[in-house]
Amino acid sequence: MLAEFLQFLFSGLTVGAIYGLIGLGFAVIYNASHVINFAQGEFVMIGGMATVFLMKAGVPMPLAILIAIAGAAAVGWVLARFGIETARGSTVVGLIIITIGASILLRGLAQVIWDRNFHALPAFAGDTPIQILGAALLPQSLIIGTALVLTMLGLRLFFEHTRIGKAMQATAIDPLAAQLVGIDTRRIVRLSFVLSAALGAMAGVLVAPITMTYANVGVMLGLKGFAATIVGGLGNPLGAIAGGLIVGIAEAMTAGYLTSAYKDAVAFIIILFVLLFMPNGLFGRAEVTKV
Amino acid sequence: MKDRQRTETSAVPMLEVRELQSRYGRIRALKKVSVTVHGGELVALVGANGAGKTTLMRAISGVQPITGGRILFEGKDISRMNAAARVRLGIVQVPEGRRVFGAMTVEDNLRLGAISRSKNEEEEGLERAYDLFPRLKDRRRQLAGTLSGGEQQMLAIGRALMAKPRLLLMDEPSMGLSPLLVDQTFEIIQKLAAEGMTIFLVEQNAYVALSIATRGYVLEGGVTTLDGSGEALLHDPRVKEAYLGV
Repeated sequence: MLAEFLQFLFSGLTVGAIYGLIGLGFAVIYNASHVINFAQGEFVMIGGMATVFLMKAGVPMPLAILIAIAGAAAVGWVLARFGIETARGSTVVGLIIITIGASILLRGLAQVIWDRNFHALPAFAGDTPIQILGAALLPQSLIIGTALVLTMLGLRLFFEHTRIGKAMQATAIDPLAAQLVGIDTRRIVRLSFVLSAALGAMAGVLVAPITMTYANVGVMLGLKGFAATIVGGLGNPLGAIAGGLIVGIAEAMTAGYLTSAYKDAVAFIIILFVLLFMPNGLFGRAEVTKV
Repeated sequence: MKDRQRTETSAVPMLEVRELQSRYGRIRALKKVSVTVHGGELVALVGANGAGKTTLMRAISGVQPITGGRILFEGKDISRMNAAARVRLGIVQVPEGRRVFGAMTVEDNLRLGAISRSKNEEEEGLERAYDLFPRLKDRRRQLAGTLSGGEQQMLAIGRALMAKPRLLLMDEPSMGLSPLLVDQTFEIIQKLAAEGMTIFLVEQNAYVALSIATRGYVLEGGVTTLDGSGEALLHDPRVKEAYLGV
């Protein structure tokens, strides 16, 4: 009983952490620009696929991962610079549609440049599970959890202790006032895409040993990450992490105790309920009133 | 205050707005606005709600597109320069409604004001801001959104000073403040002007603004219709009738 429950919980926390990392990317871009970036899943795909193909070309794994993340970050910059900035003056909905277009384009390019097959990455620390109270915990899950915690700490340091991080916060709070103090908000938007792309690619690399990766892997992962952000409250980074874990655990429990056929539906049922009853998310940011 | 008239009225004005036009979609907010501010002056532009005062301030700061006319800073056309570059030049605005970053601390708000300056200048500026507004020092770890309206006004001014302005723009500094706080705010403005700061402010409260200004303008329906010394405008029958309710 307990062993079974723990097993589902481990698997839920593992994928949940991944959803949370992807959701974090949504939150960072949303805060800087109010754009919901539907190409977020493609950053995840680029992370995994680029690592796979770099390793096939003989690049050692750690270096391949770094290059893949940097490559995704570069794609994020290009999307911000030539997709979002060029369309300045169009509505937020217009910008969101641009990101949908970018997502389709990136999927197509991935199929042309790489291929249409499924690929697995080797687990970073082997495949021997650790037994805990009868449940098996994969070493990769521990790595994912550690990566999530380190990312959160890193982002916290960045947002609260660096000039540019504070400038990002200020832009999220009031873009006009941010411009008036001399923050170049276009640079902030670019940076938010770069950061989100790197976060997404990292998630893609981390999850590839568990779920495999392929050109369209970002579609579902992106939507789950989006669900995480909605559940946590759009634009709330910690909320996105919590939302990711909630969606992940709910999914794993459904798959375990009910049927895995409905696994993917769970995330969307949760979105519906959250939007109906708590439109600001479970942890919707309390607005500080301005006098 | 008398020696403010010593203004080194050099040939090139600090700010020159020439026949500026700006629109929001079909609405022409600014039709023909011309304003000149010389170094060391305190110039006030008064006008009713909807006359285009905020639009003008935003256009000067580079956050509102213009559709005609020019903006010159020390003789240089800055009409196409982005907002951040204008702050680096020294054109800094205290926006209408103060717009402090409510979810951030008082100190972070001030430090952000110096984002266009070096770290050294940031530290110096912080010291100066706390000297000028000791209340802000007491509350430096507090979230800006929890400050009173008067304190937020100080913070907004302090934040603008952190950018080392050469031209300080103030959009409706009296807005939403009690009469006592309005007086305090204008005392600060006068003090800054006496120290040699060049200030251009727009105000609905024509009386307070014109009584401290070296020169003034009247903005009506997006057009600058009158100009003169603050004193002269205060006594102009048209201004009296329209804005002072006399």
